[in-house]
Amino acid sequence: MTVQVPKLEYRHRVDDLLRTERLPHVWCPGCGIGITLQAFLRAVKALEAKGVVDRKQLVFVTGIGCTGRASGYVRLDGAHTPHGRPIAYAYGVKLANPKLVPVVFSGDGDLAGIGGNHLLHAARRNFDMLVIMVNNFNYALTGGQLAPTTPHGAYSTTTPKGNPERPMDVARLVAALGANYVARWSIHYPVHIEEAIKRALPRRGFRFIEVLSICPEIFGRHIGFRSPVDLYERLRKVSKVKKPKTLEEIKYDWENEITLGVFVDKDEPGYMESICSVYNYDWCNELPERRWSKQ
Amino acid sequence: MARREFLTGNEAMAEAAIAAGLRVFIGYPITPASDLFEYLAEKLPSYGGIVFQAEDEIASINALVGATYAGAKAMTATSGPGFSLMAESLGLAAMLEAPIVIVYNMRTGPSTGIATGTGQGDVMQSRWASHGHYGVVVYSPWSVQEAYNLVVKAFDTAWRLRVPTIVLSDAVIAHTRELAVVYEPGEVKVADRKPPREPPGEFKPFKPDPDDLVPPMAFYGEGYAVLAESLAHDERGYYTTDPENYERLVRRLEGKITRNKHHVVSSEARYTEDAETVIVAFGTLARSALALVKDLRKQGKKVGLWRPVSIWPLDEEGLSKAVEHADRVIVAEMNLGQLYREIARILGPTGRKIELVPVLTPELPGPDELLGYFEKAGVEI
Repeated sequence: MTVQVPKLEYRHRVDDLLRTERLPHVWCPGCGIGITLQAFLRAVKALEAKGVVDRKQLVFVTGIGCTGRASGYVRLDGAHTPHGRPIAYAYGVKLANPKLVPVVFSGDGDLAGIGGNHLLHAARRNFDMLVIMVNNFNYALTGGQLAPTTPHGAYSTTTPKGNPERPMDVARLVAALGANYVARWSIHYPVHIEEAIKRALPRRGFRFIEVLSICPEIFGRHIGFRSPVDLYERLRKVSKVKKPKTLEEIKYDWENEITLGVFVDKDEPGYMESICSVYNYDWCNELPERRWSKQ
Repeated sequence: MARREFLTGNEAMAEAAIAAGLRVFIGYPITPASDLFEYLAEKLPSYGGIVFQAEDEIASINALVGATYAGAKAMTATSGPGFSLMAESLGLAAMLEAPIVIVYNMRTGPSTGIATGTGQGDVMQSRWASHGHYGVVVYSPWSVQEAYNLVVKAFDTAWRLRVPTIVLSDAVIAHTRELAVVYEPGEVKVADRKPPREPPGEFKPFKPDPDDLVPPMAFYGEGYAVLAESLAHDERGYYTTDPENYERLVRRLEGKITRNKHHVVSSEARYTEDAETVIVAFGTLARSALALVKDLRKQGKKVGLWRPVSIWPLDEEGLSKAVEHADRVIVAEMNLGQLYREIARILGPTGRKIELVPVLTPELPGPDELLGYFEKAGVEI
């Protein structure tokens, strides 16, 4: 006997930006990556509707890890690069065709761990790209090992007696290096994430948005929050939206406060315009960043 | 217009890259390749190209791959330690079929070794640095002029086959000044990509043409939504663990080089027509070997030289022809036997005696000194 399954013609508003034939995706139930990705895709559609960006300009670059798998689902020019290298790959894209807009979408282990050197120098150069870092506090795809963002004392598969190290506050670090835009939100604020991307995507220089995410299946299970709801509530409790006046007011402390908000929002010339101040390339007047700049 | 200039190898290779249409150079300082970088930093912007100093060689090679996907002819220059750092993404370039060019000036290894010395210790590293099985093309020049020609050739091979291509030079070529004929952009022949023939939506970025096994290439920004997938991928660029797809992909990454060998391989034979003994040497050491062959010829000895210009793959037919009348083949190289293994693999079954003369020194030996290494190795000639 053959069972006829009716085909559901369900369309989502961002489907045209997805390789829907690749779905379902690999992410676990309760994972926050999808919330972040959807916020990005909604922002792209909103900016496109306003004529600010054209999807053909965007190059969506990811590294290795759970978040890195996003490039396999997004219907844009893109790359799924080796572990830690999406920012490095994005340099080449921008240098080769300055009319393109690289968007790096990757995890905390990829960008702040193995790829940390590229993150530092891209921020220092104010290199023209948007980086969205989904921070799930651990190396999830490989089974829950310690990440540079894992809270002090937290159990992981490589720190079975608790993390003896201090974590890195990546957003604060990037802010200290002089990036044009730095914000940190959590998946509890999908509208804020989308608004941040809408503001940071059409912007010159280095733009960095950290999104605190929940990973109940891998991170949560080792610290006693295996239920997505419990981990969601635990992260919400510690996340505090603020307007810090100094870098010192930005906190990354799992026990007391992880500061959310927009930490830097400025419009200084990015790397590409800086080289245009030295060399008169024929593309200098066609830089999208020049069009977007307030000056 | 062609012009003659008195250039170092590094300057000549930089000139060759400009003539070949270089748009993006990405480098990290390292001896003996930094002055190639410096030369381009002065000159490339006036040709509309960009020079970028990366934070490390890992960034360099990943950026190069991104640059080729965005449509630019792109190159870096490095030496052994830098190339070691590039190893992982050399595999990326092979997997994504990114036409990157790497000038690789060998110095004395291993490790930091002798930074200012020369060497030939990286024959195997140039071919097998990255994990998994993949294909690359490696050329090795013996003069400043040939270094120039081979950089042009490297761009042609890289873009014709969509394969990472390496010019395996050394510290001697890098800093030796010789006369070389150089050209301007447009005056040398370099292949361009094969553009997509199907519209977006139908085009498959990793679908090879059946004749040359090379897929046409869509650039970023052209509306094709190209996914450069480092995972094992199908013709659409989508990750798959399918065993048949995997076998087809990996066989093709190497097979497209074999299929197009006539564009790739190159070698030179000197005094081999009647040679009973053939010395095999490559790069700058082949110059000392040629001088030694000439000295030995004056003594009436029937000695010849065979010099591979493409190291990976080797011109096996050229080698077989060169040793036609020889019952002895002596491989002299500045390591403990790397090219030797390949020569032994090819000629071993023919029953010829294949001997190794290791030349372990940070300085290029002259012909008399080279003869000393023959004696040291117990190889009579």
